[in-house]
Amino acid sequence: MIIKERVIKYGDNVNTDVIIPARYLNTTDENELALHCFEDLDSDFAEKAKERKIIVAGSNFGCGSSREHAPLAIKASGIKAVIAESFARIFFRNAINIGLPVITSGEVSDLIEDGDELEVDLSGGTIKDITKNKTFEIQPFPDFIQGIIKSGGYVNFTRDNIKGK
Amino acid sequence: MAQKILASRCGREYVSEGEIINADVDIVLGNDITLPLAIEEFNKIGAGRVFDTNKVVVVPDHFTPNKDIKSASQCKFVREFARNQNIKNYFEVGKMGIEHALLPEQGLVVPGDLIIGADSHTCTYGALGAASTGVGSTDVAVAMSTGKVWFMVPRTIKFIYNGNLKDWITGKDLILYTIGLIGVDGALYKSMEFSGPAVSKLSMDSRFTMSNMAIEAGGKFGIFEVDEKTEEFLERRSHRDYKIFRSDSDAEYEKVYNINCDDIELQVATPHLPSNARNAAELSSIKIDQVVIGSCTNGRIEDLRIAAEILKGKKISENLRTIIIPATQNIYLEALKEGYIEIFINSGCVVSTPTCGPCLGGHMGVLAEGERAVSTTNRNFVGRMGHPGSEVYLSGPAVAAASAIAGRIATPEEVI
Repeated sequence: MIIKERVIKYGDNVNTDVIIPARYLNTTDENELALHCFEDLDSDFAEKAKERKIIVAGSNFGCGSSREHAPLAIKASGIKAVIAESFARIFFRNAINIGLPVITSGEVSDLIEDGDELEVDLSGGTIKDITKNKTFEIQPFPDFIQGIIKSGGYVNFTRDNIKGK
Repeated sequence: MAQKILASRCGREYVSEGEIINADVDIVLGNDITLPLAIEEFNKIGAGRVFDTNKVVVVPDHFTPNKDIKSASQCKFVREFARNQNIKNYFEVGKMGIEHALLPEQGLVVPGDLIIGADSHTCTYGALGAASTGVGSTDVAVAMSTGKVWFMVPRTIKFIYNGNLKDWITGKDLILYTIGLIGVDGALYKSMEFSGPAVSKLSMDSRFTMSNMAIEAGGKFGIFEVDEKTEEFLERRSHRDYKIFRSDSDAEYEKVYNINCDDIELQVATPHLPSNARNAAELSSIKIDQVVIGSCTNGRIEDLRIAAEILKGKKISENLRTIIIPATQNIYLEALKEGYIEIFINSGCVVSTPTCGPCLGGHMGVLAEGERAVSTTNRNFVGRMGHPGSEVYLSGPAVAAASAIAGRIATPEEVI
């Protein structure tokens, strides 16, 4: 799968309270959640996300609450991948489980700038910064996680396994 | 220790760090915010019934008693699911308490359990020697369907607390100090093991507080070894058999921190990260508009006892509101019997029924723009307790109660 999009860049410790504030957690409607995504961190996010669909951030992205509403809101905003130096563990597994690609790379997080155009090749394991004409290698996921991604999320993966029995 | 529990739950002698395993869980927990999403996903999987009606625990505690129509609809959805699935451990308003205070109190958790909950503070049960961690709604949906979920086996960081605790110091000060030391991602993906003579003297309530905040350092587990205090706590509450897992004397740790408690003062984490730990005494110029004493971190009887000791016979500052929230109905009753509730009301505080409410800016104490709170809760991110232009200072119960009297950040010595 190849994702070719421009970058919205954020810093370290982007937490789930700013990704989707708790005052909006009285719904599970992902489109309604998307309306408030990043509202307390970057009031222009929704406008930016119309044209730029990869988030690049620093360390500990998604720290805080276990709310799956956070990756859901990001995904429903049209974001196709999140690349960060590191991810908070619950956010990481939530993103994998709902099929939002999350890529860990300190190098990419350091060198890529706001607005750069990227070509992310998930199966090939590379990220190309078209703006800077630089290519980065990324670590492949363990087999089990690749299985979840291939099924399109943990729910499908589990349903397939139950059926297979 | 956590590694041994994970191995036992996938029927193996040994699992290695970094390995991904599919393990059996002993408890699957959800609340009124995370379960609606989990139930939708559960229905998509199509298992029909939950894997075990005794092992799924449902606690509507975040936006309850319902704060608005949408929250009421979410709770109704969760309630109907619990009824239809014949969930044994569903706690309706009236029996409900804040989940991470409620489950241990009800004897639902025992040492050696592998527990997941769709709430990040599920790591609280590490205080009882359980491997317990927060996950998302989809994980809970899968675990409710199959009784299993995937885990990556974490590496362990050991924290050894030596020396003696100064007056008024509780588990909250130790954990804020620790997070200040290692940072909000200092234990990312890791199991934190708390040990040493200073923590063996801590009450169970203080240990729950420490395990509770492991997640604020990025930790997967925050685990204590079982000792006489743990066993005494369980004896009065749980009828379940359990197996105690202990770390090997030659266990390998990614890192070992030796922390001297002789030097630890009352702590406050300043906005907007729990790792911004400072000595409370250095912050006496910070004026505040609200104090909250409660939450899954510090709403237990020890916390209320300390607050009552400081507030007894005193009035809170006229420039602020103080909201006290016993974490469960039993804690509320005990506080009532001990006379704490009377002390709180006489001093000008308001006492609420159990709810997570203000901790996450839900209800029962939301902050306006420019307002500042001292709170015994666990997070002080931007907008956590209300308006993005408000601020939260995290502390233990002693600093919170003293600050309520002073109208600014204060230590008990300043007001008693």
